[in-house]
Amino acid sequence: MTSQISLLYLLSGALFILGLKGLTAPASARRGNYFAMAGMALAVLATLMNSEVTSYGFIAAGIALGGGIGTLIALKIKMTAMPQLVAILHSFVGLAAVLVALGTYANRAALGTLNTTLMWELFAGILIGAITFTGSLVAFGKLQAILSPRAISFPGRHVLNGALFLCMIAFGVDFVAHESILSLAMMTLLALTLGAMLVMAIGGADMPVVVSMLNSYSGWAAAATGFTLHNHLLIITGAIVGFSGAILSYIMSRAMNRSIVNVIFGGFGAQSADDAMEGIVGDKTVKAAAIDDAVFMMENASNVIVVPGYGMAVAQAQLALSGLLEALADKDVNLHFAIHPVAGRMPGHMNVLLAEADVPYENVIEMDEINPRFSGTDVVLVVGANDVTNPAAKSDESSPIFGMPILEVDRAKQIFVIKRSMKPGYSGVDNHLYYSENCSMIFGDAKEVCEGLVSKLKAA
Amino acid sequence: MTEAMIAFYVFVLACFVGYMVVWGVTPSLHTPLISLTNAISGIIIVGAILVAGFPSDEMESIGSTEIMGFVAITLASINIFGGFVVTQRMLAMFQKKKKTGETA
Repeated sequence: MTSQISLLYLLSGALFILGLKGLTAPASARRGNYFAMAGMALAVLATLMNSEVTSYGFIAAGIALGGGIGTLIALKIKMTAMPQLVAILHSFVGLAAVLVALGTYANRAALGTLNTTLMWELFAGILIGAITFTGSLVAFGKLQAILSPRAISFPGRHVLNGALFLCMIAFGVDFVAHESILSLAMMTLLALTLGAMLVMAIGGADMPVVVSMLNSYSGWAAAATGFTLHNHLLIITGAIVGFSGAILSYIMSRAMNRSIVNVIFGGFGAQSADDAMEGIVGDKTVKAAAIDDAVFMMENASNVIVVPGYGMAVAQAQLALSGLLEALADKDVNLHFAIHPVAGRMPGHMNVLLAEADVPYENVIEMDEINPRFSGTDVVLVVGANDVTNPAAKSDESSPIFGMPILEVDRAKQIFVIKRSMKPGYSGVDNHLYYSENCSMIFGDAKEVCEGLVSKLKAA
Repeated sequence: MTEAMIAFYVFVLACFVGYMVVWGVTPSLHTPLISLTNAISGIIIVGAILVAGFPSDEMESIGSTEIMGFVAITLASINIFGGFVVTQRMLAMFQKKKKTGETA
């Protein structure tokens, strides 16, 4: 490789880092995206300058085809479907990594330049790529509701996965030692199976962690490919992406008070919701309220906080909430949105949905910052969120969600919860909030209730 | 130092860079962070180009590696274009808010 190409790669890597650095604040984020685009363009150009690249037909066709499809999807996709898009894109990186590793193997074998180090690197590249590929496909299936979002768990699952893993390693070792194509094929198949099995066992509600984790895997897959090709740009970029996903997984797990290991192997979502529900719901009663009650309280309030959850996205209530912000602003009432890290189905999902609905980002506040403000808040409106508001996480040591950081809405003067029914959240735990003195339920569809609130506020 | 060792050095240092940079990302932009890293991980296209463009005269497995490279390039391009464009769309939503935001 000539030094010009190496220098271009270095510049490209630096641009990627600057690109991510841009995401420190919304104001610099777009510039960051442009930096990253420039980095990618440079990387492709530099690679085309490589003397090993002699035919351009397939390359141009692939870029044109992929570029067209990618742009089209990106322009059409609904923001509520972002988790699915991200999952399928992760699977593409995984599959591409597998194909590149197999292609590199074929090319090097034809040249007779295989060596043990390269074989190990190829093994690692295929393994990570294949797990990323099928794992992401299953995650996509769950998010798109093609597959059941429930965690599929059965006795002996860990033993079976362990056995699959050991077999895969054994075939890998045989591949490295004897250059056996059969072992290569078997190893690839086993890695593909394992990827699907691992994600299959994770419940739909743990998706923020799964999406982050697969984001991380796709990075490691790129880095492993970098090792096989001795390409430092791939290594740098892969490592950064890998760490990015790992950090997000960590943040998400912490927000659920669970370890990453527990999320991956725990099968938490598989726990039968009925068991946990029993016995708690019985004797306590909740207060029901009408839209008019909430309107009255809100127009006489000075501070209102809305707590959105995935239910808001399902009901498409974000536009109505944006209208609520306007209606209250006209009456000099401050409205803020409180975001729990795991609200929605991927990290930061709520922020994007609210941004799309024209809610200014200054009004959208993260958990740690907004928690101290609840005690000075007159009205809290919970829209499609459940477990993240349950005070049992703080007070009830026997609760399965004890220790999970929550939005401390129970400290507000009055709480309204919009809910379709009394069904518990994904954890299957009954929400103690609903029975507290200062909480009332408004039963109904989130979108209809919010629209009702807005029209009555405007009329009032 | 062997080439593999240098690669390992680069890898470990890049991990540190990733760690430092990503902790600085504001939580409200975590979704764009994922879509941007999605686009960036399309860097696998570099490997795909090297596979597809490999001098192909002297070997029997010509066709298959070129096809593999082609598919990999297509997939990586979907990632690159899809990732960047969707990130741009999202960031534009955050941007737009800035002007109207001050008055609220």
